[in-house]
Amino acid sequence: MKTIFEEQIIKAVRDMCIEANCCLNDDVYNAIVTSISYEKSDTGVEVLNQLAENSIIARNEQMPICQDTGMAIVFVEIGQDVHVRGNISDAINEGVRRGYEEGFLRKSVVSDPLLRCNSGDNTPAIIYYEIVDGENMKISLVPKGFGSENMSDIAMLKPSDGIDGIIDFVVDTCIKAGPNPCPPIIVGVGIGGSFEKCAFLAKKALMRPINLSNSKAHIANLENQLLERINRLGIGPAGLGGKITALGVNVETFATHIAGLPVAVNISCHATRHAEVVL
Amino acid sequence: MIKKIYLNSPFDRNIIKSLRIGDVVYISGEIFAARDAVHKKFMQIIDNGEKLPIDINNQFIYYVGPCPAKPGQVIGSAGPTTSGRMDAYTPKLLDLGLLGMIGKGARSQKVKDSIIENEAVYFGCTGGAGALISKFIDSQEVIAFPELGAESLRRLKVNNFPVIVVVDSLGNDLYETGCQRYSDRV
Repeated sequence: MKTIFEEQIIKAVRDMCIEANCCLNDDVYNAIVTSISYEKSDTGVEVLNQLAENSIIARNEQMPICQDTGMAIVFVEIGQDVHVRGNISDAINEGVRRGYEEGFLRKSVVSDPLLRCNSGDNTPAIIYYEIVDGENMKISLVPKGFGSENMSDIAMLKPSDGIDGIIDFVVDTCIKAGPNPCPPIIVGVGIGGSFEKCAFLAKKALMRPINLSNSKAHIANLENQLLERINRLGIGPAGLGGKITALGVNVETFATHIAGLPVAVNISCHATRHAEVVL
Repeated sequence: MIKKIYLNSPFDRNIIKSLRIGDVVYISGEIFAARDAVHKKFMQIIDNGEKLPIDINNQFIYYVGPCPAKPGQVIGSAGPTTSGRMDAYTPKLLDLGLLGMIGKGARSQKVKDSIIENEAVYFGCTGGAGALISKFIDSQEVIAFPELGAESLRRLKVNNFPVIVVVDSLGNDLYETGCQRYSDRV
């Protein structure tokens, strides 16, 4: 049995809020730089260069990659042999509060979706817990911007729609998104499970580095097909026309019902931010 | 060949009218920063027959909610937000003399029609490049609705702020033409 103290969680979450928002992960940075040589549009090349330069400025000056520093989405894997001293959700929210204040990050959360008053400290975070084996606690933090979140979609396809139906839905969602989610985008796709499970899988898919394919060969193949199809759309960097519309497509799957084929598409911009820590 | 144009405030309607999609424009001088909440307040003020806190005639509005400035900084990251959320409000502001908007993402046909009618312009700047874009902002001042925090109405002084013409006074839309040009759909 391992004991983890509230203060450890607060500090870890605080630090991750700042790190994730200011330091673009290497997989995405490298994908942007590599994509420049494939872009046919001069304007598109200029936009990709701006994004690469932007991430260098953000890292060097410890300022946010994007002013939309997102709503904090936190995934916690708790080993069943861990004991937490204090309230874990309160500790995570306190970490978010400190990270967003001390990191000069934008507070983008309203406390009520209809009354729309800013909570002032970017809380509450959205927290998902999962019980796993062992005596560690892994906390992953995804600050999710809403320019891209707003372009996400979900469909309850029929089993007969099959792989073509899945591809059409994902591609159509990218067409509808057009220039709005700040292309080049990263596309998280969840397939299977139930209505809420596939949305959750789509979000989780965005946490996998884009240079790693799904471990299942047929799903890795689907990821490649989707990326190719999306990059034929012509939307291009910043939506101004070009070959590089997406930098990566990650698909996660789960068992589903004999009658169903749920598909969720969670769109993310190039600032697909993600930090994790093991306590 | 990309045409580069330098614009200084106060902005000249005749020049704005002559801009065409794809033109790269560097803006210097004063622009206003406003997004969802300020637009909503503007509409309430207009509907009540009251006076807006700023004269928007011949001005540009930049759709942005910046990050707080760190000590020593003028402003935090300050890239554009999605313009489509302002579509419901924009035609009314254009009718009142607003000359241009800066943001990212598609505009509705109603907004484009209003841009044509008012011989205005919609500029795009690079979404997700907020740290870089902040370097073109020399000063910021909150001029109304400070209670809105990041969404407050601000006056920004900008210097060679880089934008591209996305919707011009003829109603051409670079998002549409650019996408068609590079599309290779099967």
